[in-house]
Amino acid sequence: MEVSLRELLVEKGLLTEAQIRAEVENMRGRTPERGARVVARAWLDAELRKRLLENGTKACEELGLDVPALKLVVVENTPQVHNVIVCTLCSCYPRMLLGIPPDWYKSRAYRSRMVRAPREVLLEFGLQLKEDVQVRVHDSTADMRYLVLPMRPAGTEGWSEERLAALVTRDSMIGVSLAKSPGKSA
Amino acid sequence: MDARFKVGEKVRVIKAYPPGHLRTPFYIRGHTGTVERICGAFPNPEELAQMRDGLPAQPLYRVRFRQKDVWPDYQGTENDAVEIEIYQHWLEPA
Repeated sequence: MEVSLRELLVEKGLLTEAQIRAEVENMRGRTPERGARVVARAWLDAELRKRLLENGTKACEELGLDVPALKLVVVENTPQVHNVIVCTLCSCYPRMLLGIPPDWYKSRAYRSRMVRAPREVLLEFGLQLKEDVQVRVHDSTADMRYLVLPMRPAGTEGWSEERLAALVTRDSMIGVSLAKSPGKSA
Repeated sequence: MDARFKVGEKVRVIKAYPPGHLRTPFYIRGHTGTVERICGAFPNPEELAQMRDGLPAQPLYRVRFRQKDVWPDYQGTENDAVEIEIYQHWLEPA
């Protein structure tokens, strides 16, 4: 259906092939870097962290990020709570901050299992959580998009924003893993 | 925006199965949770899917449910939760 629609739009002169190619290239070029920088800034700035948790979109705009149409909810991991994101209905994802979602995120297996058996699925990603940690699964069913704010790894005192951002992986912002610890190879 | 429910209020997801495009997952229908936040008002996606404008915008809530309440065989702990965005017209007071 995508092919038919695309060809029709081009045939009707609403879009050119070159425009489509450029937009695909633009989308594919996005990386989780923007998300990682938001997390690193939040680790360094407690006020920003508070604002992100209250209204993710507004806080990102205050950071100078151009995120039109993104309605962002930021959920923070603590020693008591671990958050993980899924879209059971389709594959909603904060593309403006993280780029294209990984194939597994869009798979039926992830989408159907994460909401009902999160601890098992997290284990398959190599993440085991203690019994006293509350697991919160966020099903992004409607207009909001989600970013997990992972916990800041120990041993990073005095680190610059850039160094901290390098520890923030895409998977930690989805919630299937933790941010990298210092000392682990990049 | 005139939001019917408040943060912290107990709400139940209406158990209905209308045809067409819906953003309320089957697994949560009939279940009771607590309003975690009011997200704002957005055009109704069920109408947008039918090429209508979806207005007036409908209040959207994030509702928190206990996993143990939702899944009879849930294997995790008592406190584990699932949080879902649900449109106002799918909710009733619990």
